[in-house]
Parts: sequence; structure tokens; C-alpha cells
Amino acid sequence: MLFTSYSFIGFILVLFVVYYLVPRRIQWMLLLFSSYLFYFLASPEYLIYISLTTVSTFLAAFWIDHLAAVHQEHLAAHKSSLTRDERKAGKEALKRRQRRYLVACMLLNFGLLAVMKYTNFALANVNSLLQAFGSERQLAFLNLALPMGISFYTFQSMGYLLDVYRGKHPAQKNVFRLALFVSFFPQLVQGPISRYDDLSQTLYGPHAWDWTSVSYGLQRILWGFFKKLVIADRILVAVNTIIRAPEEHQGVFVLVGMLFYTLQLYADFTGGIDITIGIAEVLGIRVKENFNAPFLARNITDYWRRWHISMGTWFRDYLFYPLSVSRPMLNLSRSARRKLGDALGKRVPVYLCTLIVWFATGIWHGSSWNFIVWGLLNGVVIMVSQACEPLYARFHARFQVKDRLAYRAFEIVRTTLLMSAIRLFDCYRDVPLTFRMFGTMFTTPNYGQLFNAEAMKLGLGGADYLVLAAGVAIMVASGIRRKPVSMRERLEPIPAAWRYAAMYLLLIAVLLFGAYGVGYDASQFIYNQF
Amino acid sequence: MKRCTVLKAILSVCLILGSLFLLQRLVMPKYVRGIVEGSLVESYYEETTPHDVIFIGDCEVYECFSPVTLWNEYGIPSFIRGSAQQLIWQSYYLLEDTLATEKPKVVIFNVLALKYDEPQKEAYNRLTLDGMRWSRTKLEAIRASMMPDEKLIDYLVPLFRYHARWSELTWDDVRYLFGKKPLFHNGYYMRVDVRPVTTVPEGKKLPDYRFGDDAMAYMDRITALCEENDIELMLIKAPSIYPTWYPEWEEQVEDYARQHGLVYLNFLEHQKETGIDYSTDTYDTGLHMNLSGAEKLSRFIGPILRDTYALPDRRGDPELSRVWAGKTAFYEQMKADQLSELEQYGYLKSLGARPPEQP
Repeated sequence: MLFTSYSFIGFILVLFVVYYLVPRRIQWMLLLFSSYLFYFLASPEYLIYISLTTVSTFLAAFWIDHLAAVHQEHLAAHKSSLTRDERKAGKEALKRRQRRYLVACMLLNFGLLAVMKYTNFALANVNSLLQAFGSERQLAFLNLALPMGISFYTFQSMGYLLDVYRGKHPAQKNVFRLALFVSFFPQLVQGPISRYDDLSQTLYGPHAWDWTSVSYGLQRILWGFFKKLVIADRILVAVNTIIRAPEEHQGVFVLVGMLFYTLQLYADFTGGIDITIGIAEVLGIRVKENFNAPFLARNITDYWRRWHISMGTWFRDYLFYPLSVSRPMLNLSRSARRKLGDALGKRVPVYLCTLIVWFATGIWHGSSWNFIVWGLLNGVVIMVSQACEPLYARFHARFQVKDRLAYRAFEIVRTTLLMSAIRLFDCYRDVPLTFRMFGTMFTTPNYGQLFNAEAMKLGLGGADYLVLAAGVAIMVASGIRRKPVSMRERLEPIPAAWRYAAMYLLLIAVLLFGAYGVGYDASQFIYNQF
Repeated sequence: MKRCTVLKAILSVCLILGSLFLLQRLVMPKYVRGIVEGSLVESYYEETTPHDVIFIGDCEVYECFSPVTLWNEYGIPSFIRGSAQQLIWQSYYLLEDTLATEKPKVVIFNVLALKYDEPQKEAYNRLTLDGMRWSRTKLEAIRASMMPDEKLIDYLVPLFRYHARWSELTWDDVRYLFGKKPLFHNGYYMRVDVRPVTTVPEGKKLPDYRFGDDAMAYMDRITALCEENDIELMLIKAPSIYPTWYPEWEEQVEDYARQHGLVYLNFLEHQKETGIDYSTDTYDTGLHMNLSGAEKLSRFIGPILRDTYALPDRRGDPELSRVWAGKTAFYEQMKADQLSELEQYGYLKSLGARPPEQP
């Protein structure tokens, strides 16, 4: 069920009504039922995978928690008789036992994700190697259907398990409640990757009807549809025209395609997240924001703090930090400092961890080389940027331009162009082709085509461009803010009649200008594919 | 205070729904220029008097018979419930829709539609179904006709289907927001232009000449519906020379007519009696009849209807005479307008005809 399909809209409308009609204590059960129904409608067999993840995570967390409780009881009972060393040894023994459950569960779940998502990628690479070595033998691909949202719910449940292991919060004692956390349908297919301690505060209710929350939620859903249907799916036509015929669209067209894809991806992904957050809000549930004006970022690190925040923080908290303080990395750090000196040596493990994290981020997005290269390039740019910090510092000390508006604008444009260029790997999905097309931006002197209206149509009409321009202007206006308050909060002081009129106009815009229905290809949200 | 809030809410909902309805009316195609066939089906609901004969079928019926000729020469009131590429199940449901308001004595079904066993094209579905009045029959017609990628809700709320027309709206869309000028009389699509047959394309060989199960099932349903309502069913094949009408198809129709005791008339085999001249009686090289051809066919079928089914001459009925006098005047006016347009441009520009080829 696509978020923008009639059946999904019908599904959530029915849910909204029933949700506030049933007794409040069973609202969460209705949500669990709806989430599993949503998943069942996508494909009944997917239920096996998500159930397996849920049950294994529940059991592992339960035992980890249980072991901790037993240990605490033991400590409490023998508080006076235990020496400090005994307490330390006891804690280490506890961690060792807990780690067994943790590792077993992670192996099972990441293994499942790896098998389902990466088996055919691995086979394709083995086949390429065999071919390169002159072998005629080719391995057959497996017929594996990637369960919807597996990347998201695996990460979310493993995040929960790691938090239980770290003692951040206790394990959920009710398997069905945990099942709801893992499968909560609005965020199942494209995130955000929620944290248990955050989402569980409102997920299980009870929720009384609250007009403000419902109204905010509906507005947010509408805004999401506007971004997805009016902007993303309209500009998709031009993007597809360029990338599907790369030989005919080089030079300036690559530049246009790159910028259009950036716009499309932003409208598509943030639109989807708006719908997710909006649905949750109508249900009285708070899902954390996943974006914070990413195209106002002044450098790539800042960009990744603003884009797909939940994924970035997941990799930071559950991979980068543990990896940085792991024994092998500490050993490497010591050895590098000895051999390369303090300044460079301390950077080696950081760089290595950065590359590992970005490799993982890349391959998480998709089982193909373009995503891996995309991820690694992000890592390299971050590393170069970090390495150049002393240079920047000297530059700023000398020229004092850091806080000037023009320089800030330059930084924003530079970061946006850089990120858009790296995104070309995601756009063309073919590494050599991406490099070649990127090169044509500098080698094909066809920039005059920018002023050729016919050539720049790219499958869109003049009216489409007008709608796009207006839509992007509205999106940009709503995205630029000095304080982190939502557009709706900014609209709050305006008289209600005007606010509702604005929402009504938005509804009309979606209904009239949205790229949906017969004649349009219903397109998946881009992040659904990850 | 509370009452005031409720009133405000009701008023807001009414305003929203009302404006959405207006928007929907605005973007729906009006079919007043070019492809005017989309207005054929709805024109039936303007009728005020009953009909003795109802034609059902595709373009082969709405361009082949002139109800005014049938009336003026034989006193037979008739109506053509046909539209472009009207599939057999659509004909069945249009017949059911007709029977909800009147009971004709004879139903004439053009058998070309038997060749289609599944929905063909969304655009053609729309031409037939959009004009139908809302009823259970229309709902079933939609369900039977939808292409795999079509959604019922697009029919229930046409705004979802036609919203993309916003960029091609014309003054006609505003002018005909709630109603339009009459474009037809009694479901007949008049064309006075001539484009003679130059070649007769040879039909492609088919892997299987048997009519499909669904098509035959609906043929049975039409027959049964007529029997239940004590209506005589007549089968015809219009004299179009293309698409090809295969002998194997002819044989199946003949067998069916024989088994069910129906009259079947293949006009392709009566060229001499009808007087159809393919150099003057078609406006698109033999696919459809022009006015001259339609009048000839009407003059041929009129006596058959009168004699076979004992249809009375109703020209003595004052109410019918009054109504049909109006229709005749409209018919003559339309004919005059088309002839004048033809003289002015050399082709029927308003109906989307192609200009004649330059020598």
C-alpha cells in the first residue's frame, strides 16, 4: 500500500475513526492490529520476518534485563559482604552473559537482513570475479523478496536491544507492546528510526480526542502530500527524462538533473516523513523530527546532522561510538600515535571508524556499488573537511568573513552542490556512468541549452514548471526559519479562518496539481526502497 | 455558543464540499468540440417521450441510423444508446438503465462488440460511463468495464481522474459548467462529410475466431433481459467494411440467432438492397456511415421493423408529433450548419475532422 494510494488514505481514515471510538486502553492493540494488517496486505509472508525479529528481540532483551535484575538482587543481598573487586568481577561476568544474548540476537537479525538484502549482490560480485578470471561458471541468483521496511525495523529493534543492554531503559515485558514498537506502520516503510525510550512515551496511550493534535496531524499529512504529489512526483518526470537517456542528456542536463534530483529527493523523503509524523500526531503519538532544514547546512557534517537525523544518530550511537572505543581501535590509536606522531596518529582510528560507518550507511541504503561509493564519498569529504580545519581556521583568522551573510550563503550553496553531486550516484545508480556523466558537466559545452525552452522541457510543460516554481517557493518559505518552530506554530497567531483557508488552498493544490491517478505512474517514496 | 460553532462547522463543510463539486465540474471534460461522442450517453436523459425501438452498440449504430428518418418516414420513435467502442457489457447495462425508465418494443443490438472479451481502453470506458446517471446499474457497468489500472473511486469522484486537465481548461469548461447545448438528437451522431473508400484492408489472421466467454455471457444476458421484459431482440451487423467482419464470426452469430429465434441482419450482405455506395455514404473511408448512408439504412430497416414486429405508425400522436417536429427542426438545422461549415473550411473542423489531403 503506497502512502499516496487511495487504499492507504481509506485505511488511515477508517483507523482514525475507530481509534477514537474503541476504549482507550485497547487503542494500542488496534494500532498493532492495523500495523500487522498493513504489513499483511503488502505480502503475508513478510509477517514471518517481522515476527521473527520481534520475538527474538523480545527474548534477548528480556534475558538481558532479567540477568541485570538478578545481578542487582545479588548485589543488594550481599552489599556489605562484597569487595570492590568482587563487584567489578560480577559486573564483568554479567556483561559477558548479557553480551551472549545480545550478539546472538544481533547476528540473527542483521544476518536475516544481510541474507535478504545482500545475497544477490554478493552473488553478482562473485559472478563478476569469476568472469574476470575467465571462468564460465556463474552462480544462480536466489529468488528473495526483500521484506518491506526490513532495514528500518531491524535497526529500530536492534537500537532498542542495545539500549536495554546498556541499561538505558528496562526491557518491555509485553511482547505485543514490543511488536507494536517494531511494526508501527506509519514509520515502517521509510522511517524515522525511532528510539524506544522516546516513542514508547506516547505509543501505548491512552489517547483522548484532542482537536489540536488531530488538526495539526491532518495539516502535516496534507503538507506531506503536497510535497510528494505536487513537487516530487512532478519533477520526477524531468529527472527520469535525463537519467534514462544519459547519452542524450549530458553537460548542462546533468547539472539540471542533479539539482532536480536533489529537490525531488528532499520533497519526496520529507513529504513521506511529514505524512508519517502527521498520522502519528492524529493518533496522539509523537514521532521525532527527521529533518532540520538540511539545505541550510554550512558544511557536510552539519548537513548530516540535519538530514535523516534518526539514521545519522543511529549510526553515531550504535556504530561509531562503540567502534571508536573498541579495543582494536584503541590499540590502533596507540600504535598509530607511536608511529605517526600524536597529531596524525590520533586521526587514524577516527578516519577508519568514519569510513566504516559511511560504508555501512551506504550499503544500508541499497545493495549496489553506487550506494557504497556514495557512502564512502560522504566519509571522504567529511575526513577531508576535518583535515582542512586548521586551514579554515587560519583563513577565518585572516579574513573575518565567517559571519558575513554572503559567506554564509556561499557555504550553504557549496554544501548543497557538493551533496547534490554525491547524490548523482543515487540518481544514476551506476558508478562508471555517474563518473562519466559528472565529467560531462565540465567537458560538454552545451550550457546555451539552458535558454532553449524546448530542450529544457524534459517531459514537463510550461504549466508544470509554473506549479513547480510555486510549490518549491512555498516549500522553501516554510523551511526557512530562525527558530526551530514548525510552520503550524508560526501560523498559530493568525485568525483561525485564515489558517483554515490556507489549509483549504493546500488541499485544492494537492487535488488539482498533484501527480496522481490515471496517467501518472504511482511512484514509491524513494526511501521505501531502502 | 455551541450551536454557533456547530453551525459554523456545518457551513464550512458545505462550502468545502460545494467548492470541490464546482472544481470537479470544471475539470470534467465537456465533449462539446472534437470528441463530442462523450456526450452521447447523457443525452438520453433529456428525452421526454418513450421509444418503440432502442439501438444498442458501438459507433456502428450511432452513425448508421437516423431516428429522424425512421420517424418521418415510418412513424417509429427510436433512440440510439451507443458510444465509441461500446463493449457488450456496457450495452447490457445501458439497456438495463433504459428499462428503468421505459419499455421499448424492439431492441436492436449491433454484434461487432462480440469481438471484445475484455476491457480495451480507459478513454473509451469514460466516453460511455461518465454520461450514465448514477444507479446500481452504473456501478455494475463500471465494475465490469474497468481496466486493471483503473480505480472505482476515480469514477465516484471524477475530480481524481480529471484533475490533470487544469492546464488545458478552456472557456468551454466554464461556459458548460452545468449544462451544454444539445449536440445530438436521439443518440445519432450526424456527419455530412464524405471520405470515400479507397482500399479495403485485408483482415489479419486471428489465432482464435471464437467469441470470448464473457462476451457471449453478456449476449445471453441481453437476450434474457429482453425476454423477461417481453421485448423483441434483433441482431444486426452494420455495413462498415473495416474492422473486418470474419466469416467465422458471422457463422457464430447466425447460429446464436437461430438457436434463440432472433432476427439477424447483416447489412454487409444487403449492399444492393440498402443502396449503400461506399464512395458517397461514408465519411471515413468505410468505417462509419455519413448522413446519406444513415438515411439509406434507416429507410431499409424501417419497413423491416414495421412488418416484422408490427410497430405502429405513431405520427398521429399529437405529443409525439410535437416533440419530433422539434427534433426534425434540430436535425435540419444541424445538417445545414454542417454543410455550411463544410463549404467554409472544406472539412468539419468543429468535429475534429482532418482537412482534406492537398493534391
